[in-house]
Amino acid sequence: MLLIHCPYCEEARPEVEFVYGGEAHIARPLDPSTYSDEQWEEFLYIRSNPRGRHHERWRHTHGCGRFFNAVRDTVTDVFETTYKAGEARK
Amino acid sequence: MKRFSGFNLIGEAFRSHQGWPEHWPDKAPKASYDAIIVGAGGHGLGAAYYLAKKYGITNVAVIEKGWLGGGNTGRNTTIIRSNYLYDESAHLYDHAVKLWDGLSQELNYNIMYSKRGVLMLAHNVHDVQSFKRHIHANRLNGVDNEWLTAEECKAYCPPLDISPRTRHPVLGGALQRRGGTARHDSVAWGYARAAAALGVDIIQNCAVTGIRRGADGAVEGVETERGFIASRRVGVSAAGSTSLVMKMAGLDFPLESYPLQALVSEPVKPIFPCVVMSNTVHAYMSQSDKGELVIGAGTDQYTSYSQRGAFHIVEHTLAAICEIFPIFTRMRMLRTWGGIVDVTPDRSPILGKTPVKGLYVNCGWGTGGFKATPGAGDLLAYTIAHDEPHKINAPYNLDRFRNGRLIDEAAAAAVAH
Repeated sequence: MLLIHCPYCEEARPEVEFVYGGEAHIARPLDPSTYSDEQWEEFLYIRSNPRGRHHERWRHTHGCGRFFNAVRDTVTDVFETTYKAGEARK
Repeated sequence: MKRFSGFNLIGEAFRSHQGWPEHWPDKAPKASYDAIIVGAGGHGLGAAYYLAKKYGITNVAVIEKGWLGGGNTGRNTTIIRSNYLYDESAHLYDHAVKLWDGLSQELNYNIMYSKRGVLMLAHNVHDVQSFKRHIHANRLNGVDNEWLTAEECKAYCPPLDISPRTRHPVLGGALQRRGGTARHDSVAWGYARAAAALGVDIIQNCAVTGIRRGADGAVEGVETERGFIASRRVGVSAAGSTSLVMKMAGLDFPLESYPLQALVSEPVKPIFPCVVMSNTVHAYMSQSDKGELVIGAGTDQYTSYSQRGAFHIVEHTLAAICEIFPIFTRMRMLRTWGGIVDVTPDRSPILGKTPVKGLYVNCGWGTGGFKATPGAGDLLAYTIAHDEPHKINAPYNLDRFRNGRLIDEAAAAAVAH
């Protein structure tokens, strides 16, 4: 089980308190009606799925309930850092 | 290849079995091939075998980063079934089940396909309605699937507790009698041996490090740890690592790789006659011929390439098993392990051509690729040989994520998502 540091609660808590929220920093379309099929495909389905540093969203469901972002290595599962939603990509 | 037969077996018994040749020779890569398959799991080896056997392309190499059958082929829970809801899925998986039949004879290798039946339990009204819908859809597609009452479930699988007092009462079940299990390692070994006998080179411990494309964008070959190997046709069947291989060709794929765990108990005498799955409780189990209970867990929630998962997933799975089968509460588990499964947004595979000429893909089988092994191999081979998908795998193209024609098998893993 992972230990995840919640940047809002400022403490490391077990993974069962959290829900994974998928890849981070995928911006919602600002003007959806102008989106082409290719752009929708990119937004909805294409994921980077890297082997190594992965930017991802987590939600501290059984804690503060807030979304935050994390950088985790997908080979070792070690968290490099977690940071609040809205902060720049690390 | 020396054929396995009763006659040869008796002959070898007189000379301490010293006369059996190696199943497949360890080959050094040639400079070029007519076709290259990346990934020596069951799917990739199957594709190489069918290319040589059915489609007449014998100058084929299978390139594997690790060892043969060491990925998800050797890590799954070996369940075979084809009771999928949608027409496209029923055709695809039933194509595989038809090939499982007779595969031991075809490969001259005992893959231990056992049609012991796959029983899916219904625990609530929604399950009952959903399974009956599946049964009707399956029968329209010529796939066997039948409804059993709770008493009939108990008769088919005696360890089941069907008393109404249980936490998750059994209201009935859907049974596919042609479903069952096979010996997963044997499938990889059997395909490898049969393919090698037809002239296929199997090259292990040789990671692909790049895909070389020519000025026109078409594939020219693959860069590997043991040098460049030329081929105008490359089929990728790399499961959890498909995203990484596709990036080498400049393609971004709608895939995410998750750890999926399984575990086995200590071996016991035959107690469990079939495969039982429960969507609602999220447990599935069978007993191997060695006597171990083979139990599948769920995927972890996060993407990872670590080939190991979290303990609380195992705990959750065993809690579910103990709910349905109190008889097993004192069984001790021997081993747990994880594999990396590549999951698509609609949980159906991608099997066909790619935007790169000469590059073909077989991926996205998620948590349920083993059952499709012969079918996926055959269809990938067909697609490579004809440069066109077969009508069975035509719907499983990449374009569906652009045009919206998804094949939404959200219950593909037979668990509630």
